[in-house]
Amino acid sequence: MIKLTVNDQPYTVDVEPTMPLLWVIRDVLHLTGTKYGCGMAQCGACTVHLNGEAVRSCVTPVKRAENQKVTTIEGLSTDFSHPLQQAWQEEDVPQCGYCQSGQLMSAAVLLRENPNPTDQDIDDAMSGNICRCGTYPRIRKAIHRAAAMQKTGGAQ
Amino acid sequence: MSQSTYTRRRFLKTGSTVTGGLLLSFFIPASAKRLGEKAGSNSTFVPNAYLNITPDNNVKIMLAHVEMGQGVWTTLPMLIAEELDCDWNKVIVEHAGPGEPYKHTAYGLQITGGSTSTWSEFDRYRQAGATAKAMLLEAAAKQFNVPVSSCRAEKGFVIAGDKRASYGELAEAAGKLTVPTNVTLKDKKDWLLLGKPTKRLDAKAKSNGAAQFGMDVHFPGMLIAVVAHAPVFGATPQSFDATAAKAITGVRDVVKIPTGVAVIADHFWAAKKGRDALKITWNMGPGENFSTASQFDSYRKLAETKGTPAAQAGNVTDALAKTTKQIKAEYIFPYLAHAPMEPLNCTVKVSGNSCEIWTGTQMPGVDQATAASILGLKPEQVKLNILFLGGGFGRRATPTSDFVSEAVQVAKASGKFIKLVWSREDDIRGGYYRPAFLHAVQIGIGENGLPAAWKHTLVGQSIVAGTPFQGMIKNGIDPTSAEGVMDSPYLESIPDHAIELHSPKAPPTVLWWRSVGHTHTAFVMETLIDELATAAGKDPVAYRRDLLKSKRHLGVLELVADKSGWNKPLPAGRFRGIAVHESFGSYVSQVAEISLDNGHLKVHRVVCAIDCGLAVNPEGVRAQMESGIIYGLTAVLYGEISLNNGRVQQRNFHDYKILRMNETPQIEVYIADSTEKMGGAGEPGVPPLAPAIANALFAATGKRVRKLPLQAADLMKA
Amino acid sequence: MNSRIPISSFCIIAVVTAAALSFTNNDDNRSWAQIKATSASDRIASENAFLQVYKVFMSPRCMNCHPAGDVPLNGDDNHLHPQGVKRGEDGKGLYALKCANCHQTQNTPGLNMPPGAEDWHLPAANMKLVFQGKSPHELAMQMKDPKTNGGKSPHDLIEHMKTGLVKWGWKPGEGRTTPPLSYTEFYNKFKEWIDKGAVVPPAGAK
Repeated sequence: MIKLTVNDQPYTVDVEPTMPLLWVIRDVLHLTGTKYGCGMAQCGACTVHLNGEAVRSCVTPVKRAENQKVTTIEGLSTDFSHPLQQAWQEEDVPQCGYCQSGQLMSAAVLLRENPNPTDQDIDDAMSGNICRCGTYPRIRKAIHRAAAMQKTGGAQ
Repeated sequence: MSQSTYTRRRFLKTGSTVTGGLLLSFFIPASAKRLGEKAGSNSTFVPNAYLNITPDNNVKIMLAHVEMGQGVWTTLPMLIAEELDCDWNKVIVEHAGPGEPYKHTAYGLQITGGSTSTWSEFDRYRQAGATAKAMLLEAAAKQFNVPVSSCRAEKGFVIAGDKRASYGELAEAAGKLTVPTNVTLKDKKDWLLLGKPTKRLDAKAKSNGAAQFGMDVHFPGMLIAVVAHAPVFGATPQSFDATAAKAITGVRDVVKIPTGVAVIADHFWAAKKGRDALKITWNMGPGENFSTASQFDSYRKLAETKGTPAAQAGNVTDALAKTTKQIKAEYIFPYLAHAPMEPLNCTVKVSGNSCEIWTGTQMPGVDQATAASILGLKPEQVKLNILFLGGGFGRRATPTSDFVSEAVQVAKASGKFIKLVWSREDDIRGGYYRPAFLHAVQIGIGENGLPAAWKHTLVGQSIVAGTPFQGMIKNGIDPTSAEGVMDSPYLESIPDHAIELHSPKAPPTVLWWRSVGHTHTAFVMETLIDELATAAGKDPVAYRRDLLKSKRHLGVLELVADKSGWNKPLPAGRFRGIAVHESFGSYVSQVAEISLDNGHLKVHRVVCAIDCGLAVNPEGVRAQMESGIIYGLTAVLYGEISLNNGRVQQRNFHDYKILRMNETPQIEVYIADSTEKMGGAGEPGVPPLAPAIANALFAATGKRVRKLPLQAADLMKA
Repeated sequence: MNSRIPISSFCIIAVVTAAALSFTNNDDNRSWAQIKATSASDRIASENAFLQVYKVFMSPRCMNCHPAGDVPLNGDDNHLHPQGVKRGEDGKGLYALKCANCHQTQNTPGLNMPPGAEDWHLPAANMKLVFQGKSPHELAMQMKDPKTNGGKSPHDLIEHMKTGLVKWGWKPGEGRTTPPLSYTEFYNKFKEWIDKGAVVPPAGAK
């Protein structure tokens, strides 16, 4: 039995300790906002926050998250109030949308650690998240927009 | 393809829905033009789209096409909402399941593909909105006891003087009225939505984890299936030992199916571990002898023989002999995987004489029929639910319904309620690739520097041969193989030309891949035109002006030249290339600006101009151009599936690389203000990108690119 | 009288002590200045030992995390880490691309899966410890200068070679080649290089 806290909810799961956190989140807890894309930390679709860091849950053994704090896209905000989510909508970012949970979770760490990111900072933070639809230019704009929103007092 | 080819006699049916609202289905004779069928062979009347207005004033719009990123979730509702004058914020969108009402107006079967959704629904969806509004106005006139002419519709309300009723309030009464046979569509100048940048209706659900993709389907009692697929194309499982697999905690069953051995487990991780533990003996078959290296040798030999004529004028042999200057070129294009971000998946529940399926598919009707035939059911006994597609690019439009069939086979063999999940490895190695192609071209240059003779032979597998789409083959030519060459606008100016095609068979399965034949034909044509311009000592834009007669080609060429600053000098170390190409009814020209640093290519900027006729949602068109450019750039830099001894050499994103944020150029998109015939947007942004890059590389290195993806040597100066 | 003991006696005692410690490997507080080859044969042995361990340092398992730029390298062809991962101030990556976001404390099983070890990181930005592109001469100079080796004493450097991160090079996970020497050979040679004088191969030595 492994105890986890996901989006501030406590869970106890009966899985082997090496099982990737991704499959615990998706197939055991049925929180499906976190996506499977490659299973080898290449694409970032499975990105969640583990104690605030943007870990790739497809290669993170669930044991590493034991008694730790996990946040998924469902917990980024409960009311769509995160400036990145607002900016994503304003800039019409998603296309197929499958990678966007991971993109947002990565961007959230960038914005927390660097409230005023440059294009280079965005490259340095976001190049681990693949988008096959090519929404990168809009992701870039949305991150800048969210940064600006934060400065003027957050999302409306 | 024209929107005026079908008669507009409509047979509308209305009725009250279970919620008491107005349900509007309407019936239009579908276009006679089914794929591969002769015009006029289909005279049956089939129902089309429907919308539903609920008492709470929401407007539910059913999509005849599926959302896979291209934006129909927003664009098609815009068409209805424009005519209906409803409150845009009260629009609810759903995918329609398979059914007669949702068949494509031009293709005659239910399909999302060919960059056709918006133009093919332009009239039908607007008619739906206009008809519903007419009925709501009439219902209101009766309720208010005023003439219809004194009523007007605005944001989901009918207003007459100081009287006002919401569509929701009027829906039930409206549903009891006779359907008008003759409604007038709005004049373009009165449009409130069409032609205006409109934000996506699915953006929120796709930014908070709520959007449901096929992969996200979950029901109590549902198990996960992972299939061990054959290591080579055409191989079948002979025998297997599942002892070790079954010993893994969570594994529930192991069953043999035609395409492999399925491990069924409580969750993906157990199923995958089970798959890794299987011992399988395969009947390999001839697929094991296939390698891409030798494939191109045999294609080269084939290209030297007479092929099936695809386009011809004059006498190319004589004309070639008369020219003194010639260009001879061979081009090679690899197999390409679509690699949508959401790996393929399909959930199947079979119970007694019915079956329910949940998946993301571009061809629901075909999938439904295939599932029914596997189970010995009638299509109507199979309910198919469509979820968001995590990318399609053609991969989710398989004539063989490959992943749906496989899921149904697993459910049938195991008797279990399963969700089939492909791993990324299954996807990359699973075939249905853009076919590998070889082009052999010989051009004779006239005294004026223009091409006088053009002999062009293409060699590559047919996508449609042997599929239900075989009827598309005309006079031995699969148009998806030679489109972009056989109908090239340059041929008009070349008196003697001969385009020939060979369609050999090969073990890997092939499929339409975003922009299909244009993925390779545009590259060949546009790099050769650039080469001819250089040979003639002319500027590439000026040279194209001399050759092109089509005003839409010329229009986007001039627009992109202007916006990119084509005539202005570039900073030292920067180089640019241009290309222009029509596909799917839209005309796109792109300029790529690059630099080379020690064998490393950086694409700084891509400027794109498109003439797609009316851009219903310009923001959507812009997004699709950006998307196509990035999709195309991935193929130029990295795209290659190779096989050795029948085995696909690539496996996942580490060796089938996809463009990333730090490689993405600055992209500018300009949409021509056009009243020309509408074209598509999902695909036409892809074809010009690769030749624009290759032409820029020539400017930088003096070397011509003859093979994709780019090789290290292409990035060094000659 | 103690005060009359000649200074040279202290020196002799110190040298004897240092020599003794070099065999016990404990409480080794020699400074680099104190390490000198004391014979021609030691000089040759030390230099040769370095040329051997140099091959290990230049192997992809070591060099890939001691890159010339700020992007770690991958694979036996030393290509740039494809996710555009950057060093960061502390050598542990940046923002959403911190090393530990993908690299666990052990290798993730499977071909081409992210390798892992405790404290997976690059050298910090203020002390990059670049191996890539360095000649034996340059690398040896860099290694024995506390200003360019991260302030490490000879003892510290020997201890670094015992860390899990260095040892990972010899159990790098499926599909990755290992350095040309065994770990024990490497460790002994490295220690021999220092013990016999930390001789810097001449410029041009290979």
